[in-house]
Amino acid sequence: MTPLVELKNISLSFGGVRAVDNVSLDLYPGEVVGLLGHNGAGKSTLIKILAGAYQMDEGEIWIDGKKASIHSPRDARRHNIETIYQTLALADNLDAASNLFLGRELTNSIGLVDDAQMEAETRKIMARLNPNFKKINEPVSALSGGQRQSVAIARAVYFNAKILIMDEPTAALGVHESKMVADLIKELKAQGLGIFLISHDTREMLDLCDRVSVMKNGTLIGTEKVGDVTEDDILSMIIMGKARDVA
Amino acid sequence: MTDTSTSGTDTHPSPTAPKRSFLTQLEIDTRLLGMIGAFVLVCLVFNVLTDGRFLTPRNIFNLTIQTVSVAIMATGMVFVIVTRHIDLSVGAMLATCSAAMAMTQTDILPKMLGLGLGHPLIPWITIAIGLLIGTVIGALQGWLVGYLTIPAFIVTLGGLLIWRNVAWYMTDGQTIGPLDETFRKFGGINGTLGETWSWVVGLIAVAMALWALWSSRRNKIGHGFPVKPVWAEAVVGLIIAAGILGFVAILNAYEVPTARLLREFKARGEAMPDGYTAAYGIPYSVLMLIAIAIAMTVMAKRTRLGRYIFATGGNPDAAELSGINTRLLTVKVFALMGALVALSAVVASARLTNHSNDIGTLDELRVIAAAVIGGTALAGGIGTIHGAILGALIMQSLQSGMAMVGVDAPLQNIVVGSVLVLAVWIDIVYRRRTGGK
Repeated sequence: MTPLVELKNISLSFGGVRAVDNVSLDLYPGEVVGLLGHNGAGKSTLIKILAGAYQMDEGEIWIDGKKASIHSPRDARRHNIETIYQTLALADNLDAASNLFLGRELTNSIGLVDDAQMEAETRKIMARLNPNFKKINEPVSALSGGQRQSVAIARAVYFNAKILIMDEPTAALGVHESKMVADLIKELKAQGLGIFLISHDTREMLDLCDRVSVMKNGTLIGTEKVGDVTEDDILSMIIMGKARDVA
Repeated sequence: MTDTSTSGTDTHPSPTAPKRSFLTQLEIDTRLLGMIGAFVLVCLVFNVLTDGRFLTPRNIFNLTIQTVSVAIMATGMVFVIVTRHIDLSVGAMLATCSAAMAMTQTDILPKMLGLGLGHPLIPWITIAIGLLIGTVIGALQGWLVGYLTIPAFIVTLGGLLIWRNVAWYMTDGQTIGPLDETFRKFGGINGTLGETWSWVVGLIAVAMALWALWSSRRNKIGHGFPVKPVWAEAVVGLIIAAGILGFVAILNAYEVPTARLLREFKARGEAMPDGYTAAYGIPYSVLMLIAIAIAMTVMAKRTRLGRYIFATGGNPDAAELSGINTRLLTVKVFALMGALVALSAVVASARLTNHSNDIGTLDELRVIAAAVIGGTALAGGIGTIHGAILGALIMQSLQSGMAMVGVDAPLQNIVVGSVLVLAVWIDIVYRRRTGGK
């Protein structure tokens, strides 16, 4: 089977610091790959390269077995890559529908933004993802963390993402809302999406992911199937930066 | 989604839903209402202080044409401030545009290109050149802000000095005039629609407003969204219609002085019939402001560009990550500001009937104040076009009201400055109370 995404020997430096150093990763359809590591290990930088927010210095990105050039978030979207950022990339002053369609507004026959149509679509997708979501017409600054997260997730789902990047999707959420996100990840995975998941919560990662990759100081320490490792193995990879000895 | 389409507002679990107040049923912005209230208060107070001279058709007419120049620029300043920038150079840019246009119409076109004074193409070529210059200057400043990431405050502070003195250098500081006769019609009193056409325009405006209300309602019903009750819709429509027609009636009530009419008839070689009267009606400059206001409002609310402007103001990073080219957007916003400054320059110089070296001095502060009094948040992301125009109107009313009462010039500015600070403070309190940011 061809991998959905192959990141080959990616490097990126900021000033003199190699934020990402020769990292290779792959992701298959219907798979969740977790990225683990300390703050500053290079996880977010790596996925921002895939999302088009940063430009890599070296390396190649292959999507569906074809070499892809991703130079902007727009390019990434063209390859059906959707990203849910840690910082919840929402414009607080706009309502849910405007945020969901930001950059891809629906327009009517004379090219004007069709708010009513977008609101209807938003209601439809929200009824599926988060039936309690009612504040369609209010600025998203009025929403709770979980509601804001569902707007971000709805954006990814609505536009038929094939590759989903989730950077700490549960960091701002309560227990109940985290569970909702976890259920959604499982559902999307069953639909055949490939998901890159970043989190600090090792236990959550072992629960949700098929494989986990550990990064430290910009380099990839190793990638393991979750069935093969214990939480302690992973922690020692994160902390010591040593690949697990293959017994 | 059939559930929401049939049950309407019932899907909103808010316990207060059935007992909605009169105002919420009308869905009128309370903030706008507050501003209109403040404006009415200012007018009434001055009307009492001037023994009824403030609210005469003549003074209202003058107030409107004095507001136009600043109001046009304020609509553009809304977009600039919404994207978290500022433009301190608009007054100076206005001078440069005005100088260039004055030279074009009095010297370059008639003499150097030999069109001759009074050629019918002169005003239009002149305005096109002014628009080009304004847009290019604006785009240049926008490029410096967006692509070279120099703070807008610095770029336009430099621009304030540069364009003020480019204008001076171009004209050697001389007053240039008289301007082309057709061009002068954009200034206000020298170019008005007259009684009949004012009514026609007023009725068209009412028809368009009612159609807009109706089509928005139809659209909402089509998607099964809750709509306000028919009576509320009718009340809003009635208020709008009364407002538009009332405004036209006031402008039509200002009659052209008999001496001026006599002069006009004499110039045409005719005799004026006994008892002949004529009203000024809507000035072309006001018509231009209204057209700009509608265009800018549509741009803000119904175009992608407008949506991106507000998204960028709300969260620049989110906009960038959504694939919006925020740098190019900055160039567009400043270029639009420049084009509007050029149109303001047409109105301002036409009103004076010449270009003077100090034209537009301190306009940047009036424009920013109008936008901010009108509810544009300096933190970005929030602002309305109609608010900015109302802000400009409030400022102008204060200024000319105090002048009519005989308040000393320094005191006038002290009051206007204090009102600006007070207005922003009230706005902060209001937003905190209503839970906005």
